[in-house]
Amino acid sequence: MAQIATDSKATIRGKKKRRFRKYLPLTLMVLPGLLYLLINNYIPMIGLLIAFKEINFAKGILASDWVGFKNFEYLFTTSDAYVITRNTILYNALWIVLGTSLAIMLAILLNEVRQKIFARFYQSIIVLPHLISIIIVAYLGYALLSLDTGLINKSILPALGLNEVNFYFEPKYWPYILTAVHLWKGIGFSVVVYFASIIGIDEEYYEAARLDGASKWQQIRSITIPLIAPVIIMLTLLSIGRIFYSDFGLFYQVPMNSGALYETTNVIDTYVYRGLLGLGDISMSAAAGFYQSIVGFALVLTANLIVRKLSKDNALF
Amino acid sequence: MKENTTWNWMAHIIYCILVVACLAPFLLLISSSLTDEREIISNGYSFFPKVFSTEAYDYLLSGGSNIVRAYGITAFVTIIGAGTGLLMTALLAYPLSRDDYPARTKLAFVVFFTLLFNGGLVPSYLVYTQILDLKNTIWALILPGLLMNGFNVMLMLTFFRTSIPKAIIESANMDGAGEFRIFWSIILRLSTPVLATVGLFQTLNYWNDWMNGTIYLTDTSLYGVQNLLNRILSDAQFLASNSFGANTSTLTTSTPLETVKMAIAVIGVIPILIAYPFFQKYFVKGIALGAVKG
Repeated sequence: MAQIATDSKATIRGKKKRRFRKYLPLTLMVLPGLLYLLINNYIPMIGLLIAFKEINFAKGILASDWVGFKNFEYLFTTSDAYVITRNTILYNALWIVLGTSLAIMLAILLNEVRQKIFARFYQSIIVLPHLISIIIVAYLGYALLSLDTGLINKSILPALGLNEVNFYFEPKYWPYILTAVHLWKGIGFSVVVYFASIIGIDEEYYEAARLDGASKWQQIRSITIPLIAPVIIMLTLLSIGRIFYSDFGLFYQVPMNSGALYETTNVIDTYVYRGLLGLGDISMSAAAGFYQSIVGFALVLTANLIVRKLSKDNALF
Repeated sequence: MKENTTWNWMAHIIYCILVVACLAPFLLLISSSLTDEREIISNGYSFFPKVFSTEAYDYLLSGGSNIVRAYGITAFVTIIGAGTGLLMTALLAYPLSRDDYPARTKLAFVVFFTLLFNGGLVPSYLVYTQILDLKNTIWALILPGLLMNGFNVMLMLTFFRTSIPKAIIESANMDGAGEFRIFWSIILRLSTPVLATVGLFQTLNYWNDWMNGTIYLTDTSLYGVQNLLNRILSDAQFLASNSFGANTSTLTTSTPLETVKMAIAVIGVIPILIAYPFFQKYFVKGIALGAVKG
C-alpha cells in the first residue's frame, strides 16, 4: 500500500518535472515581462503602505516610524483634500458628459461624409492634437494666452474693445480653458472610436428604414444610437471608473504650474506630485496617493459590476 | 436623396471648421517663430507676421549643441525603450495565448490586475530611487512606467489567440522546431499589424514623455527634447545659462526671447508633423483597434 502510494507520488512528481521541462522555454519567455511588472507595478502596490508612516529620509523608508492614520488626519483637516477631490471629480464629470455627446454627434456626422477619402482625411487631422506632447500644447497655450505677447490679449480682446486679461493669474478662466484644451486634444480620439463602431453597423438596417420612408433623424435615433449604445455605455462606465484620476500634464503644464491658479487647477495627481517633488509634504502626498488608489480601485470594480449586470460581453472581467 | 446631400454638405462644413481649429495653433506657432522680435513685443504673436525674420533660428543654430544633444538622448531612449518594450510585451503575451501552457490563467490575471490597481507616484518614485538607484541615469528615462503595460499585453494576447491558426504552431512543433524558433520565425512574422500598432504607441509614448525626466533628473545634461522645452518655457534664464546663443552668460536685451521660445517649440514638434503623413493610417487604425478591445 505504502509502496504504491510512493510510486504514484513519484510518477506525479515525474510528470510535473516533465511538464515543467516541456514548458521551460515558454516560462523563460514570460520572465522578463513578469519581472518588470513586479518592479514597476506590484512592489509599488505594497509601497502604498508608506502612507501610514512618517517618512524620514535620514532614517530610511523601512526604519521610518509607523504613525497610523495621522497623515490622513492632516490631509483631511486641510482644505486641500476638499479642493483637489472637488476639482478632480467635477472636471472629469463635465468632460465625460461633454466629450461623449460631442464625440457621438461628430462621429455620426463623419459617417454622412460620402467621399471616403475626405472621411479618412478628417480623421487623420482631428487626431493630430492627440499625438502632440502636452509640453507643446503648453507652448500653444502660451502663444494664445500670454499677457504681453499672446494672440488673445494682443489681437482678439483689443479688437473687441475689451481689456487684457492676465490669464496665468486669474483662476476663474481656467475651467473654460482646461475644458477647451481637453476637448481640442482628445475629441478626435473619441470620434475615431465611435466612428469605428458606427461603420460596423450593417447597411441593411438603413436600407430597410429608407424603404419605410424614415428620415435621417429617425434613422439616427432608432438605428445608429441604439446599436452603438453598448459601446457608449461601456466607455462611459470605464471613464467613471477613472474619475479619480486626471491627465496630469494637462493640469500641470498648461497652466504653467502657476500657484495663483491652484483653486481651479489643482487635482489629486498634481497635489501628489507637488507634495513629492515640490515644497509639499511627502507623507501627505503618500496619503493622498493612497486615497486615490483605493477609491479609484473601488470605483473601477463598481463600474465593472454595473457593466456586467447590463451586458456580460462588455465587462472587463 | 436630397436629404443625403444636405447632410453630406453639413458634415463637410463642420469638419472643415474642425480641421482649421486643429491646425491653427500650429500655424500660429510657426508664423510667430518667423516674426521679428520687436514686432512681437509690440503686437504680440500673430498668424500673419508683418516683419519676417529668421533671427530666432539663427540664434538657436549659433549655439545649438544642446538641442542636438537633447535630440540624441530622446532618439536613444525611444529606440531602446520602444524596441525592448515591444519584444518583452510579445514574449509575455505569446505563452499566455497558448491553450496548453499550464500557468496561463494565473499569469493573465497577474497582467490584468495591473490595469485595475496601481501604487501611484510616491511608491514608484521610492522604488526607482531608493531601491534601484536610478536617479540621474539614462535608465530613469527608459524604465519607469513606459517600458511595458498590461493593456498592450492584453491587446497582443488577443491578436495571437484569434489571428494565428493553432495548426501552424502544432505542425511546426512536429517538424521539431523549438519554442523560441516558433516564436521568432512564425508568431512574429504573422503579427505585423499588432506589432506595428503597439510599436507605434510605444514610440510615441517615449518620444512625448517628459514625466520621467522631471521626476528622476536633476542633471540637465540628460534632458531629452520634451524636458528641454519644458524648462525653457517655464524658466527664461535657463536659455541663457545653457549656452544656447552666442552670448552665453546672461540674457541681453538683444536676445530674441519671445521668438526663440516659439522657434524651439517648432523644432520640437516639426519631426512629428513631418513623419505624421507616413504613419497616420496606422495611428487611426490603432485607436480604432484599441477601442474594440476597450
